Amino acid sequence: MANQGPAYYSPYPTAVYEGVITPPEGKALLLTEVVDEEIAMREIAKVMLTSKNATIFPGPQVLYGYNEESKKKAKLIKEMSEVLNANMIPMYDYRPKYPKIDAEVEINPNHPNLTIWHNNIKAAIFIGVHCHYANVALKIVRAETDCYTIAICGLSGHEDAMATLRDMHSHELEKFIKIAKEVKSELKL
Amino acid sequence: MSKRSDMTETKNWSGQTLVTADHMLFEAPRTKHFMTGSEVLKEAVKRCTVDASVSYPITPQSEAAHLIGELWAEGYVGVYFRGENEFGVMSEVAGCAMAGARTITTTSGPGTLRAMENFAQWSGTRIPCQLILMARGINSPLTIQPDNLEVSYMLETGCQIWYAENVQELFDMSIAAFVVAEKPDVHVPIITVVDGFFVSHTRESVMLPEDDIALFPYDPYKSPLPPIDSETPPGRFLRDPFVMKSNYISYATHASWQWEIRSAVERSVPYAKHFLKGLVHVTGDADAEIAFIACGTASYQAKEANRELTKLGIKTKVIKLRTIRPFPEAELLEALKGVKTAFVPEFNVVGWLAKEVRGALYGKSETEIVGGPRVAGGMSMPAEAILREVMEKINSGKGA
Repeated sequence: MANQGPAYYSPYPTAVYEGVITPPEGKALLLTEVVDEEIAMREIAKVMLTSKNATIFPGPQVLYGYNEESKKKAKLIKEMSEVLNANMIPMYDYRPKYPKIDAEVEINPNHPNLTIWHNNIKAAIFIGVHCHYANVALKIVRAETDCYTIAICGLSGHEDAMATLRDMHSHELEKFIKIAKEVKSELKL
Repeated sequence: MSKRSDMTETKNWSGQTLVTADHMLFEAPRTKHFMTGSEVLKEAVKRCTVDASVSYPITPQSEAAHLIGELWAEGYVGVYFRGENEFGVMSEVAGCAMAGARTITTTSGPGTLRAMENFAQWSGTRIPCQLILMARGINSPLTIQPDNLEVSYMLETGCQIWYAENVQELFDMSIAAFVVAEKPDVHVPIITVVDGFFVSHTRESVMLPEDDIALFPYDPYKSPLPPIDSETPPGRFLRDPFVMKSNYISYATHASWQWEIRSAVERSVPYAKHFLKGLVHVTGDADAEIAFIACGTASYQAKEANRELTKLGIKTKVIKLRTIRPFPEAELLEALKGVKTAFVPEFNVVGWLAKEVRGALYGKSETEIVGGPRVAGGMSMPAEAILREVMEKINSGKGA
């Protein structure tokens, strides 16, 4: 992603219009740069460990995924939040919440900025959110907040996040947790 | 009815061996056939493990729709039915695709316009269906003749648009189209355009792989939106569409959603480059100062003009655009290096491609763009019409 927010007004230009698209297989994206997965994992861990109110937003694919891989992922996400000293605020579903979202307990892709503003979140991981809703939310977050967004994706990644990892399944999440522990130890946290 | 539960890991419901698109398009041995565009589309669909197809008759795509129906009768296509009209067809295509089916349909001219609202809905719901658009004129006055004005109406629907020049390209493109449209980071509909009659009804030599192989099936669980499946909560997109409650949501949601659709189209670029071997194809003299920018059969006629001009000692090249959405701006700019004048021959009255080219190149290229020649309403575009444009430009006032 070329520029971290806030842009104050509009999600335009989106990353694609600035020439950034999803990383190729085996690679990750840090801002505008395609980098090795491990480099991105270290940077993500560092940002999460050093940012105010770092939060993980788990989405429906891990909250309601009735299969063994989702169960495994869900346990790893819980472990990840402990390693990263991060809060956890779920994205329960994709319906807009009206008349008002309870920003303390949930985030919603149609107005994700409300949750980030309310909780003063400076770094966030989106994981288990269907790609379209993740992209809609990431664009709004970038436009309206100064939150550093991270997308950990099981498919192709998200160029509208400031950092994105792609093809992340339970094995890769285990690797990320291991790296996060190393970074935490290096930072003496 | 053919269905997913009849498949194995290696065979689809009709017993065809499942292969990757790379194998199908680049590796499988091919043999020569002699077919029309409609007939070759049947052959392409036969090899794509298509779950559903919805049809409605309108010239010139009726035969293609009919032949896909034959595939259903032969057990190659899962579900096939006729819609109430084109609006119904495109709505039903949306339903099939949202439920996780690899879906294809065909239409032409007035049918396209009747169905128009659906195309933006298709992209907005991120379905990876394919429309084969066999372009014909738009009423009124009534014409059933070839003319691609209808493509201009499709440009901002949020769908990918590819343009095939001939029968062979229609076969290869319509197979690759499914694969690119179904990539999780793309996952927007794809419209594969051919010029009606010129391609749909013209018999040409075409190289086809054997029909005992077919693409792996579509996996709807890699969709960027949850498929409609009561086993997969929260499948709430249709049951609770947020657009109906837009007074309760951030103004940014609609904008972000719309930009996401356009971003998805741009994400198709690396995949399209791979399967189409480039978004533009350049033929003729590499160092020419005169170029033709065209798509579809206009590019074939431009190649004829190139041959005639070569005989006169005039160097030209043809830049054929294979994708219109995404618009291949970078590749076009590269192809235009050293070109002083580029002509844009088109089969419509408005010159939508010339407008696209001018918009993309503004401030980035010094090439003069000449919008023409243009023919419409079923007129053919003889190479002489293109020669006349060129000669009047380089031999101004002295006649063609």
